Amino acid sequence: MDEMLLEIKHLKSYFYTRKGVAPAVDDVSLQVPKGKIVGIVGESGCGKSMTAKSVMDLLKYPGRVADGEILLEGRDLTKLSAKEKRKVRGEDISMIFQEPMTSLNPVIKVGKQVREAILIHQKMDKAEAKKRVIEVFRQVGISEPEKRYECYPHELSGGLRQRVMIAMAMVCRPKLMIADEPTTALDVTIEAQILKLMKNLCDTTGMSCLLISHNLGVIAQMCDYVYVMYAGKIVEQGDVFTLFDHPQHPYTKGLLASIIHLDELPDRLSTIPGVVPNLMHLPEGCAFCGRCSEAMECCKTKKPELHDLGDGHAIRCFLPAEREAAHE
Amino acid sequence: MSEEKKVLLRCEHLVKEFPVDRKRSVHAVSDIDLEIYEGECLALVGESGCGKSTLGRTLIQLHKPTSGDVWFKDAKISGMKASEFAPYRRQMQMIFQDPYASLDPRMNVHDIIAEPLVTYKVCANKEELTKKVLELMDAVGVPRDFLYRYPHQFSGGQRQRIGIARAIALRPSLVICDEPVSALDVSVQSQVLNLLKDIQAQYGLTYLFISHDLSVVRFISNRVCVMFLGRVCEIGDSALIYEKPLHPYTKFLMNAIPIADPHLRGEEKTLLEGELPSPINPPKGCRFHTRCPYATEKCRTEEPALREVDGRKVACHMA
Repeated sequence: MDEMLLEIKHLKSYFYTRKGVAPAVDDVSLQVPKGKIVGIVGESGCGKSMTAKSVMDLLKYPGRVADGEILLEGRDLTKLSAKEKRKVRGEDISMIFQEPMTSLNPVIKVGKQVREAILIHQKMDKAEAKKRVIEVFRQVGISEPEKRYECYPHELSGGLRQRVMIAMAMVCRPKLMIADEPTTALDVTIEAQILKLMKNLCDTTGMSCLLISHNLGVIAQMCDYVYVMYAGKIVEQGDVFTLFDHPQHPYTKGLLASIIHLDELPDRLSTIPGVVPNLMHLPEGCAFCGRCSEAMECCKTKKPELHDLGDGHAIRCFLPAEREAAHE
Repeated sequence: MSEEKKVLLRCEHLVKEFPVDRKRSVHAVSDIDLEIYEGECLALVGESGCGKSTLGRTLIQLHKPTSGDVWFKDAKISGMKASEFAPYRRQMQMIFQDPYASLDPRMNVHDIIAEPLVTYKVCANKEELTKKVLELMDAVGVPRDFLYRYPHQFSGGQRQRIGIARAIALRPSLVICDEPVSALDVSVQSQVLNLLKDIQAQYGLTYLFISHDLSVVRFISNRVCVMFLGRVCEIGDSALIYEKPLHPYTKFLMNAIPIADPHLRGEEKTLLEGELPSPINPPKGCRFHTRCPYATEKCRTEEPALREVDGRKVACHMA
């Protein structure tokens, strides 16, 4: 059994709007073992980013964590004071965002922005901190780090900016890095470079990573464990090989079937009909019921629970229970 | 596709530069020769900033070319006056990337789809117009009940369907699809791709399909044209190029696609180093030589011409 770094238990993050309550994250439990890369995959609006933001306590009004525990090495982050949270953020857990342009301050030199993270969290004088920044710049593959230290964000390309963001996340040697669609805004060739870098950093420093992506290719290449989310809930979880080789939930199956494979070309692509439901008006039963090819009567009225299939593989679906019942 | 292919659109020595200041300019499209055949789907692929969107827009005269000529069937459309160009304009339509920005939020579905029909006075009266709009909605799979709804009431996939209905309303012969699915989720993306393929067969359209996503391109295109920094690297039948890419840049692009199979990881992939050089000051010789591991002295000084190799055209000294 791996030692757990982060354990999220029954997390509920709701958005309290004038029109009603939107359960963006609804009873999500997940675990990130030490030194592993754990992925959350799903379509836009499924709650994957909101789960990450809940961990960092970055939910914007009217959203907040309504219930649940977020344990980092056994310490519940939801119960910390604002001051303690600030210490955890950046030092123990750091985050990389999708759009490297908007996450950097355009009027401050990038070196100074990265150095700020050190000055806040560690007792280090400015010259020493600068040395550390340049060291990390080199580690994340920024060429001519001394020169880049003095650059403004607009002088750097998208790939370099994302490397600066990774450097900023790495500079305090965090235990966990949360990466929210880190390569979505980048070109394929740059994406491949950044993914390789992140994987190397995790392998060499023993850092864990929570990787959020809509791209199944990225997930397959990077992760050890995968959680599939749909409409605020985890619908399938398991290690990456089980999940890609033997997906069990109809939604996961649909997602995997809609991938285009370069070697075998169908005439038509397989699709999942319909659209993601509105979180404000979720169906009474299973949220995927309306789009599911294997929906049964009970799916319309009852919400399925996570069904354990052994070896950490579980799905939120009535099918396995139904099959067992039919078997007997 | 061995039958005689008719050229629908053709360009010669097409150049598009955008001035930055009095002395310098961005070389977005540099001296490109291209032919689009009737009924095919030609894909333009490349990284952002390689000039693929600019090329698409310059071909249908949304940008005025800096130099070079464009022919549509037998008419030279570059340099035409607006009044002369109007009958050709309606034969070329465009589907845009961002389904949120490309539909006017203050127009309802009926008005959006009807706009091109009204502009070209296709329908005699309002009843005929509405009938036509409803037919188009059926064709792209938007329910008829949504006729008077507004764009904000639709999901991204449905908006893209409305954009497609608008593009095919005038029965064009050429449709430029500029990253039509890259803003959509995986499951919706495949729905829209299927629709684009069906519509192409049904209306006999020719597509110029601009995309950075190589798997999408593999599915939809017959021929593919790989661009790098305003130049064509490799062009030919999709099956051929995906099977055996000859230009080193094409190889790197194919290699970089993250494959959705965890068993295929760990293999040390050769990745492209570095970033895109500046299009304001493109490298001399082969434009790819600064990132190319196989570059020789010749590549640094002499620009390779597109030449026929193994059934496709490649611009590389080494191929």
